Amino acid sequence: MRLLEVDNLRVAFRTGDGDVNAVNGVRFGIDKGETLAIVGESGSGKSQTAFAAMGLLAKNGSATGSVTFDGQDLLHLPQKELNRIRSQEIAMIFQDPMTSLNPYMKISEQMIEVLMLHKGMTRHEALDESVKMLDAVRIPDARARITMYPHEFSGGMRQRIMIAMALLCRPRLLIADEPTTALDVTVQAQIMDLLGDIRRDFGTAVILITHDLGVVAGFCDRTLVMYGGQVMEEGPTIDVFEHPSHPYTLGLLKAVPRLDRDDATLATIAGEPPDMSRLPAGCPFSPRCAMVLPQCPTTKAPLEPLGGERRRACHRPVAEVV
Amino acid sequence: MVYPDKAVMEGVAQATGMAEVKGRSLWSDAVTRYSRNRAAVIGLVVLIAIILFSLFGGFFAAWSNEEIDWGRMGNIAATGAPSFENGHYFGLDDLGRDMYARTVQGTRISILVGLVGSFVAVVVGTLYGAVSGYFGGRTDQIMMRTVDILMSIPFMFVLILLLVIFGRSIGMLFVGIGLISWLDMSRIVRGQTLTIKNKEFVEAAIATGVKPMRIVLRHIVPNLLGIVVVYATLLIPGLIITESFISFLGLGVQEPSTSLGALISKGASQMQYGVIWQLGFPLFFFLVTLFAFFFVGDGLRDALDPKDR
Amino acid sequence: MFSYIVRRLAVAIPTILILVIISFALMFAAPGGPFNSERPLPPQVLANISAKYGLDQPYWRQITTYIWNIVAHFDFGPSFKYKDRSVADIIKSGFPVTLTYGFWSFVIAVIVGVALGVVAAIRQNTWIDYFAVGTSVAAQALPNFVMAPMLVLLFTLWLGWLPGGGWNGGQWQYLVMPVIALSTSYMASIARIMRSSMLEVMNAGFIRTARAKGLPMNRIIWKHALKPAMLPVLSYLGPAFVGMITGSVVVDVYFSTGGIGLYFVNSAFNRDYSVMMGITILVGVLTILFNLVVDILYAWIDPKIRY
Repeated sequence: MRLLEVDNLRVAFRTGDGDVNAVNGVRFGIDKGETLAIVGESGSGKSQTAFAAMGLLAKNGSATGSVTFDGQDLLHLPQKELNRIRSQEIAMIFQDPMTSLNPYMKISEQMIEVLMLHKGMTRHEALDESVKMLDAVRIPDARARITMYPHEFSGGMRQRIMIAMALLCRPRLLIADEPTTALDVTVQAQIMDLLGDIRRDFGTAVILITHDLGVVAGFCDRTLVMYGGQVMEEGPTIDVFEHPSHPYTLGLLKAVPRLDRDDATLATIAGEPPDMSRLPAGCPFSPRCAMVLPQCPTTKAPLEPLGGERRRACHRPVAEVV
Repeated sequence: MVYPDKAVMEGVAQATGMAEVKGRSLWSDAVTRYSRNRAAVIGLVVLIAIILFSLFGGFFAAWSNEEIDWGRMGNIAATGAPSFENGHYFGLDDLGRDMYARTVQGTRISILVGLVGSFVAVVVGTLYGAVSGYFGGRTDQIMMRTVDILMSIPFMFVLILLLVIFGRSIGMLFVGIGLISWLDMSRIVRGQTLTIKNKEFVEAAIATGVKPMRIVLRHIVPNLLGIVVVYATLLIPGLIITESFISFLGLGVQEPSTSLGALISKGASQMQYGVIWQLGFPLFFFLVTLFAFFFVGDGLRDALDPKDR
Repeated sequence: MFSYIVRRLAVAIPTILILVIISFALMFAAPGGPFNSERPLPPQVLANISAKYGLDQPYWRQITTYIWNIVAHFDFGPSFKYKDRSVADIIKSGFPVTLTYGFWSFVIAVIVGVALGVVAAIRQNTWIDYFAVGTSVAAQALPNFVMAPMLVLLFTLWLGWLPGGGWNGGQWQYLVMPVIALSTSYMASIARIMRSSMLEVMNAGFIRTARAKGLPMNRIIWKHALKPAMLPVLSYLGPAFVGMITGSVVVDVYFSTGGIGLYFVNSAFNRDYSVMMGITILVGVLTILFNLVVDILYAWIDPKIRY
């Protein structure tokens, strides 16, 4: 049994201008200790997939389908059960470390409440454990600094604190939603290194949600490419990067600046990200696709296996893509 | 962090900030959005009706506001009730005067006080705020500190002191209310000026050697229009309440002139004698006027605020 | 923290001085004022005043004497109307009354307003939310001088439950209507502010973090959301305080409760300047001190404010 299994997940938001379908039938899974990247542009539904799994959708959002963690369907779990799984089994860190820590509470308060609630520790034990965890994410002088407020730390430090807080209960799965996007480039590398060490030391499975392919390359076992709330292709990271099987993945990879080649021009994907309230009936990428076929805008390509562990959703034969 | 009314005004501030990017379309856009807001449209219709009532209602009155109906004044509770037959549509007051004529006049005074106070706020507050915000630095600090200090004084007491010392008259009331009404406006305008003054068109004006005061008047102030209109509208009901408060205490408008506050006060002191119409009609017009202004102001704010689109 | 308080005080004291000087200057400027009497005051009163202020002295000397008497002896001088009562006597008899119903009004406005706002925000778009929003819109247009007669109409004339006025040592029957009249519109404003700030806070990233941490809703609201959501309410308390102390004038006049507001209005009719000035200054000082307390509370709650 896989650690987390997402099947036919759909997320819709009711808005004044009608329903917005952010996620449309997503299916994937992740094993213990594995790392999976979910890649896509903003608005591709990658974050909402994670929020739905954690029950963190905004008030006007609703999720259907199934998200099974360790045999339990998270989407239909009572609030109390879900709260037990959150942070004990699945923890999450967010894009913007500036806003995801409570600015009105000391770091210590925000960390120890997790341990006191979930592990029944005393205040004292919880504080010791929290300091240990801050040490583990390499916050210098953690014992003294734990009583500070978030605004007294830099962005990178805050993200380290978020990571430490997420790991307090030793969860089996860590969902990192764009953990480096809001940070400086040099800090980004440090945070990714840290996440790598944590995966190794704690054996935590990681779902890394990002739009930055450069971050994915060195970090994740497998990669899932999303567009318009649907999975475009999935497979081992190396395969996906070396032999993309989907025109969208191809476009994404071409748009990554590279230092090891001389061609100065950087390819872009023509057109604009999709309007999620007015998706085409067929492939959501078809309006921008350079290899579009006549049936693409009207008929969805099923997500089909493509040898080994790979899957893809495209009408265009693989041989013609590369 | 969010401040109550400041937050609201910052919303407006953003709205007007955008306005200048989008040029003229904001205003036509705002009209469309305003007309889609049912409460605001109803508020506007009601408001126009009330203003018409206060201006021309007197033509339909059978009695003047000073005339005493001697035939009925002895027994107002029994004979002074509202009636179309004897021309006292709203009944009689305790002295036998026509409540309809008095309500028309009271409504007129109350709205006038609101408009005049708001006008002073627009002129003084806009200039003060724009100058403070545009020149910045020490000037700004001193000017805003002064506003802070003035705002922390309980003004109703000073206002009443003023009215007592310089005599209770409608003119003095205008002066007194004008003195306080611009404070909030100047703060809001200053905040907005701070964002406008870094815009390219202001820098262009500076670069071409336009004099500072001219920049304030020709380039800053016109761009403050949206926020000023919204805030001026929202200020009016507060000023009407202030005037009514003073008149309720008997320290405002003097007889035979009257205002809604004075009428409410009179009616409230008479209501135990079974002459509830003396309270009812002025109270009705008071509440309806306030609500109309609230809804119009809210509607304007929403219309000029792109956040809710 | 200490130096922050000192700095705030350094602003508060000049503000008070400005208030005193403004009121003093107004009195001298008064055309029919006390010091350039066209209408002569009773000789006994004039003698009192003359002795107190040294009317032959220059203005600045008179002001400093006046201020010094207040600071050192809580002495606001003699009344212009009553030979045997000083302004301080009048304040001492009226102030406890004002303080009593003012305190209850304030406490009720804050507690009920905050509670209503929080519940409305958490149960957004349910009947309780609509109720809270509806009442707070309605109460905006119900200032105390409108509330007061309506309450009397309902509770005294129609239902006959409560006495229409008086104080009677502050028994609860006499307190109910003044407190409701004074607190309703501020309660409504606080509810409105609290609701919108709570809604905003509940959408903040750190609340999402708290939910992701598996905290129960109650704890999220109490420990994480309430404090930041209170800040806008806190900054509204200053204006609310001014509004209530102003509204107390109406309460005193309409309910004959005998607080300082009644004396203020009476002296306004009597042109009893020294009483008016004394009350104005007292109210001003209270307001400024209250704002100081709010500022300090604000700094205490919000760690981002540096002292």
